[in-house]
Amino acid sequence: MKTIEVPALARVEGEGGLYIGLENGKAVEIRLDIYEPPRFFEGFLRDRFLQEVPDITARICGICPVAYQMSAAYALENALGVKIVPQARAVRRLMYCGEFIESHALHIYMLQAPDLLGKESALELAVDAPEVVKNALRLKKIGNELLKTIGGRSVHPVNVCVGGFYSWPDSKSLKDLLPDFEWGLNAALDTVKLALTLPYPDLEIDYEFVALHHPDEYGVIEGEVWSSNGRKLSIAEYETGYIEEHVKHSNALHSHTVDHNTYLVGPLARLNLNHEQLMPNAKKALAESGIQLPLKNPYKSLFARAIELVHFYEEAIQLIQEYKPSGPAHVELKLKAGEGAGATEAPRGLLYHRYKIDANGMIQFAKITPPTAQNLPRIEADLFALVPQLISMPEAEATLTAEHLVRSYDPCISCATHFLKLKVEEK
Amino acid sequence: MSAKKPSVAVYKFSSCDGCQLSILNMEDELLNLADAVDIAFFLEATRAQKPGPYDIALVEGSITTPHEIERIKEVRAQAKTVIALGTCATAGGIQALRNFANPEEYADVVYAHPEYLHYLKTATPIAEHILVDLELWGCPVNKAQVLEVIVALLNNRRPNLPAYSVCLECKRHNTVCVLVDKRIPCIGPATQAGCGAICPSMGRGCYGCFGPAREVNAESMSTMLLKMERYPGETTRLFRGISGYAPTFYNIAEEILSTNKETK
Repeated sequence: MKTIEVPALARVEGEGGLYIGLENGKAVEIRLDIYEPPRFFEGFLRDRFLQEVPDITARICGICPVAYQMSAAYALENALGVKIVPQARAVRRLMYCGEFIESHALHIYMLQAPDLLGKESALELAVDAPEVVKNALRLKKIGNELLKTIGGRSVHPVNVCVGGFYSWPDSKSLKDLLPDFEWGLNAALDTVKLALTLPYPDLEIDYEFVALHHPDEYGVIEGEVWSSNGRKLSIAEYETGYIEEHVKHSNALHSHTVDHNTYLVGPLARLNLNHEQLMPNAKKALAESGIQLPLKNPYKSLFARAIELVHFYEEAIQLIQEYKPSGPAHVELKLKAGEGAGATEAPRGLLYHRYKIDANGMIQFAKITPPTAQNLPRIEADLFALVPQLISMPEAEATLTAEHLVRSYDPCISCATHFLKLKVEEK
Repeated sequence: MSAKKPSVAVYKFSSCDGCQLSILNMEDELLNLADAVDIAFFLEATRAQKPGPYDIALVEGSITTPHEIERIKEVRAQAKTVIALGTCATAGGIQALRNFANPEEYADVVYAHPEYLHYLKTATPIAEHILVDLELWGCPVNKAQVLEVIVALLNNRRPNLPAYSVCLECKRHNTVCVLVDKRIPCIGPATQAGCGAICPSMGRGCYGCFGPAREVNAESMSTMLLKMERYPGETTRLFRGISGYAPTFYNIAEEILSTNKETK
């Protein structure tokens, strides 16, 4: 008999547990126990006014509030048949650049890299490599500063509304950030170089990748939901391809495709499906890395995040340079009863919302499918694939390798609803 | 300072992680902070876990499950000073919207098998369960205030936190009053300062995420707001939001509903 137990998985967002049951060297049961409490967002969105929704859904996640605001705003704009002005769309992309930068810099350096460098935390890493950690913190800070400039604060920003923005961000304040962004672009390119030197565990999985795809830009807002299996759906058709299920050990809902396949959303899916739409420096860094796509190792999602970090720094610079606000920042809304879906790419993957509203703009129904709920069945399946390696490892190493796998997903458990306890038992 | 650094533990209860993140977002101060204190338990930041007791416990989130009631008692038993961090911890936060409804109905809406879930009917602030030494409001907390509280504790002085409303922050920033000048409903006059009055600076009303200010003229606030509603029920929804379970806001919303000034 062998038992490995981690009472609480660190460096992930939220709370859950992991159970691996082994028999004769084979896994008989693997469960990711999500015991973070249910938070009922879809319930208390009912009978709220539509303009309150972005402020409420932001509170689902402190790390990716922008994603929750954006998917909600697009869904409600679709329900009303409203199109935002082009400059507002550009500011939404710019704001998303800020969120990807802060979230990816946090994940690469503070959540995942310590596993690859044999450290307990970025704070411990800072003792040996203070410059690396200082640069990481600056990379992250610049993303947060951008969010603050557009949205007033980085966690739960207050400027996004249905119809656009409450007000245009100050042009000078944005342009003043440019020198920091130029520094950040170079630091992001150094992050790609660092990512190529790290000792990733071996694991190749034949995933079905799912991400938003847009022909003219790296898919983040609008576009189609593409799968590496060839399924192409409009955002409104998303629920015809992907289904959520409530399973017993979890306070989160788990998703699968209509053909009962697990699928992967997030940085690997985006990079594999959308690399042609990367900005020039990001594309060049990918080409020079020698990494062959599709990239199928979940641990190497760190590399995909590093490429995206370059992309979003580069795109932010372009959007700031082109920023010229004029006219109102939001379109006036004409309320009517309706239904609308919206999907955008959160740093962790596709985030889908659908709402029904009545003629007074009150929410009658809300459905939210967070990226981590879509990835949970995939994480469990990856752990199954990892078991042959785990059983030959010493206990401490096996525990760390399994934990690291879960962490490499950057799971947002509060979003999916909730901490991780690793338990491996061999009967 | 004594040779032994004060130990700090950071805990999460029902929440979005945003208040803990405000600690990781102290990009300029984090490494200095880690020098000044011993970060003994902080799951979001580190795998390393040192056993208690701790000098300071920072607690994010509200209490929403039977297990959390047990856990928060253990936190209190392990810590000299307990600080409730953010509006979930001080007033229940957004989860506390369930306190005004039937959570079983919510569970039916969200989950196909609500019988798998374990939760309490209400989401409640930390101080309803244990003695809390200091409450820091905000959704999210202002990281400068978090730092001020830690620095004050390390120096054995009272933290310097604003005791006035959002209105004073607007005046200081020369922000034109959205309520008076633009007739936009705003509950800034009833809300504690701390956010920097960011909503009015963007031309929208404050929605109260830093909780009630100390002295609130509830009667005149609600009378004024009820006259300028942009949709029926706006005033009660403003008070019954992120800080809706805080007694002052709770009472204002109840008063409006009970006198039937509104239909909803």
